[in-house]
Amino acid sequence: MISANLSAIFYLISGILFILALRGLSSPETSRQGNLFGILGMIIAITVTFLTVGNFSTSTIYVFIFLLIGGAIGAFIAFKIPMTAMPELVAGFHSLVGLAAVFVAISAFKNPEAFNLGIPGDIKLASLIEMSIGAAVGAITFSGSIIAFLKLRGIMSGSPITFPGQHIVNLLIGISIFVLIYFLCSSQSESFFWSMIVISFLIGVLLIIPIGGADMPVVISMLNSYSGWAAAGIGFTLENTALIITGALVGSSGAILSYIMCKGMNRSFFSVILGGFGGDASVSKDKKKDQKPVKSGNAEDAAFLLKNASSVIIVPGYGMAVAQAQHALREMVDTLKKNDIKVSYAVHPVAGRMPGHMNVLLAEANVPYDEVFELDDINNDFANTDVAFVIGANDVTNPVAKTDPQSPIFGMPVLDVEKCKSVLFVKRSLSPGYAGVDNELFYRENTMMLFADAKKMTEDIVKNI
Amino acid sequence: MEIDPFIFRFSIFILAIFVGYYVVWSVTPSLHTPLMSVTNAISSVIIVGAIIAALAGSSENIFETSSIFGFLAIVLAAVNIFGGFLVTQRMLQMYKKKKKNK
Repeated sequence: MISANLSAIFYLISGILFILALRGLSSPETSRQGNLFGILGMIIAITVTFLTVGNFSTSTIYVFIFLLIGGAIGAFIAFKIPMTAMPELVAGFHSLVGLAAVFVAISAFKNPEAFNLGIPGDIKLASLIEMSIGAAVGAITFSGSIIAFLKLRGIMSGSPITFPGQHIVNLLIGISIFVLIYFLCSSQSESFFWSMIVISFLIGVLLIIPIGGADMPVVISMLNSYSGWAAAGIGFTLENTALIITGALVGSSGAILSYIMCKGMNRSFFSVILGGFGGDASVSKDKKKDQKPVKSGNAEDAAFLLKNASSVIIVPGYGMAVAQAQHALREMVDTLKKNDIKVSYAVHPVAGRMPGHMNVLLAEANVPYDEVFELDDINNDFANTDVAFVIGANDVTNPVAKTDPQSPIFGMPVLDVEKCKSVLFVKRSLSPGYAGVDNELFYRENTMMLFADAKKMTEDIVKNI
Repeated sequence: MEIDPFIFRFSIFILAIFVGYYVVWSVTPSLHTPLMSVTNAISSVIIVGAIIAALAGSSENIFETSSIFGFLAIVLAAVNIFGGFLVTQRMLQMYKKKKKNK
């Protein structure tokens, strides 16, 4: 058993180690060490908790058993999960943090003595507010992440689900949560506590269903942020510094990522949250109007172009993840490099379904990270490049975003792919991307469409080089 | 006059938000996915609350309502802690530099 002051100092240390864990991610070199700091911080926090409670009884054994059960499941998932499924995994993990926050809040409500918060029916007002906020945000994180998970996994359609009066309904439900918290505080009645949690679960679902597939990077980052605020809320209830610091870190991290993602799409945070973007409804009505000529080619043509180029920029997108084409792509690049062709990769901030999605997939395929460039760092190079190889990306290359103020994606930063001498565009069909906007690039003189599955096409090109 | 301890905790909270703000802006965009998985893992430090709740059960009755929720929360948080850190480590192992031509 250690004193409360000593344990508070240890919690502070673990909070600092968590800061260092995030700090390490500023470069791939320091990142692995950063992760170890994070693990160390977690071990300290857990050990100190055991020592502070200090009553080693049969419960302790059960705690260890449950810890190991959860740990085994987590470790199993971590080793088995394919890198392409990372967005779903992160969404799934968010839901667990949210639900854990709800459960801890429930325990604190049922047994406040254990946390020094008063007695049942007479819980300190501040604690009651803190645990309600923790529980409500946790519940929203849980059900919202479940919906995000289902959408990312493809179990639920990625297209937005909207109904008339949706925003009003959401607003009323949102207000009712605050009303319930108010009544809970004045009456300490358990039924208000439970109804508040149920309603929070409901609003989590309602908030995420209207948001379309292409906005998933924002949703995931936003839920990441929520999971942090939920943890912070519980941290205040438990008067635990490690939890408060971590909650604040995670909360601001998720908020920054959401901001970066919104900026990558030139959309305001609110328009994403209100949802409805990227549905089938907006699919270009003028599709039939003009059947513009499209130049299409096969693997041989593509191989010929690539072989004769002196520099190539690869533009990967979500389609590459779906087709699992990253390894085939790396092979293609290796072959090109053997022919003394300079190859680099251009990654748009919102390529894929979560922040940094493409970078992880390329890293998995053993692409050195110093060949992969962000939008701002590479955009000027397209003009001096022979071939742009667009694989599975679409909206992020659409020149319409620069030229047509009417377009829904106008103003979105795009990769200047069209400035290359020629563009190879691997895609299964001419269908528009998630924004529902026709890509002008398809009809350009210097574009050659390669209609095929990304992986198969890449493999065929390798054979032909 | 004494300052409410809540204010101290609130100060820590606000300062940590600022620390988070600057630290996260310095994260390189190519590591944004590991950032999400590691923040996931560290936010599961909520397990400390779960452990307190689980251990609070009386010796005659280990599984009271509140400790049951504590045990459940331990399982959930443990999945996240192990899963989050390990998957982050797995991802970070993959980030390699170009081999220098010797």
